Amino acid sequence: MRLGLVLGEAASGLRRNVSMVISVILVTFISLTFVGAAILLQMQIGEMKGYWYDRAQVAVYMCTATDSTGNCAQQEATQDQKDLVEAQLESTTLAPFIKKFEFENHDQALANFKQQFADSQLSAFVTKDMLNESFRVNLKDPTQADILIESLSSSAGVQAVEDQRSYLDQIFAVLNAASFTAIGLATLMLIAAVLLIATTIRLSAFSRRRELGIMRLVGASNRFIQTPFILEGVFAALIGSVLAGGAVVAIVQFFVKGYLAETLPTTTLVGLDEAVIVVPILIVVGGVLAAASAGFAISRYLKV
Amino acid sequence: MIRFDSVSKLYSGNTRPALNNVSLEILKGEFVFLVGASGSGKSSFLRLVLKEEKPSQGKIHVLGQQLGTLSSRKVPYFRRNLGVVFQDFRLLPQKTVFDNVAFSLQVIGKSRGFIQEAVPDVLKMVGLAGKTSRFPHELSGGEQQRVAIARAIVNKPAILLADEPTGNLDPVTSAGIMNLLQRINLGGTTVIMATHDAGIVDQMKRRVIELTSGQIVRDEREGAYQTQAIPIQSFGMSNGEIQ
Repeated sequence: MRLGLVLGEAASGLRRNVSMVISVILVTFISLTFVGAAILLQMQIGEMKGYWYDRAQVAVYMCTATDSTGNCAQQEATQDQKDLVEAQLESTTLAPFIKKFEFENHDQALANFKQQFADSQLSAFVTKDMLNESFRVNLKDPTQADILIESLSSSAGVQAVEDQRSYLDQIFAVLNAASFTAIGLATLMLIAAVLLIATTIRLSAFSRRRELGIMRLVGASNRFIQTPFILEGVFAALIGSVLAGGAVVAIVQFFVKGYLAETLPTTTLVGLDEAVIVVPILIVVGGVLAAASAGFAISRYLKV
Repeated sequence: MIRFDSVSKLYSGNTRPALNNVSLEILKGEFVFLVGASGSGKSSFLRLVLKEEKPSQGKIHVLGQQLGTLSSRKVPYFRRNLGVVFQDFRLLPQKTVFDNVAFSLQVIGKSRGFIQEAVPDVLKMVGLAGKTSRFPHELSGGEQQRVAIARAIVNKPAILLADEPTGNLDPVTSAGIMNLLQRINLGGTTVIMATHDAGIVDQMKRRVIELTSGQIVRDEREGAYQTQAIPIQSFGMSNGEIQ
């Protein structure tokens, strides 16, 4: 009886305010789509970080006969120098940070190079003397590369110590900027959505002020009076959230899986698994924001 | 039933208090007229009883509750014990007579069965048994006020507050409304009625509390609408002719 009455009141409020309700739906739809896109971008960054940081190594390049940078003087690194670096890597100061390391000699370097640039004409000109021998170090915690760089850069026969993550960081910086832009837009749109919901509910309450006055007079409880209005706001926002969820799934299905996955076959991309996590987040955010702003908007009609 | 202990009410932006140090007690089953010129504090008094306003000073007890200590969450439940009638009826224009009365029960969570029984009963009591499915605009002023009274008493309140209930009605219709209020009072409900209608007050011979500038200047049993300092308003005079 009571539930039916509350739902009936909410439904009549929605009917009376169709144009405002549609605008609430659209604004929540757009804003939550941005929120969803931002979350997906962050997940993409996380995914790529997880994948690449595990594989990213710190490379300790030894001098070749042609190098003059670093500690090299156009002299091939001697076996002593290599042994010294290896001893340092195995020493008690560095060993705790290192998961494993291996040495790559000229032959292996050439083989890797040819494999990597198989399509390129470059591989035909490169000889094994031009490629550095190197120690490939996998760290336990990839963020601690600085320790290695500091302790090995000045060693004799070392041309350079390079953290391969620095290449990736540029990509992540771009993706981060994109996701912050999306979050910024989403925040602006969410503010608009919250204000719009509050205005809609005020309008709805104003058009029902006679009923509200009588309800208060005869002693309807505050909860009874405010619930239809909150439901009205939440209902409109939930439709918008569900649409936004659908949009996020569609983006993943058609853009990420349909387009990006074909253009960037080697990159790990977010999939429907991640989209399925994002959808309930959007619905909860939409519902909670709408309930809060509608509750705030109606509260001034309940003051005693 | 209702007790005011040196209650003052000062509205912000107004140096003259609407009620000034008012103390009074109204007992169960009494029929009380509040008289006085416009702005003398009658409506403020009723609003304070309803807890629509808070007193600036003093304490108000209604139905055994000290209103100052009543949390705003409990005010709606407190109001279920009070019925209120206004000069302008305040009916919902898009609802029928039945629905107008039923609405006040629905919103306090009464069951459908209770509403189906109580509403026809109360409409019969106020003399509108045959007009349950009419809309307010199809009724005369007196009939609309009967609907409003039915709505106020359908939940069997202990106190009925009436703020100039006959202010918009002609003398004959007013007499009918007073008859109804008297019957409600005989049923045990305390009735407090603010009015300018001298004829009605003189005829009923009930307790009269007169307010002037927020102060009680007279509190008489079986009193009449005699005013000392305030000229009787013209429509009050014409209503007086029905005696």
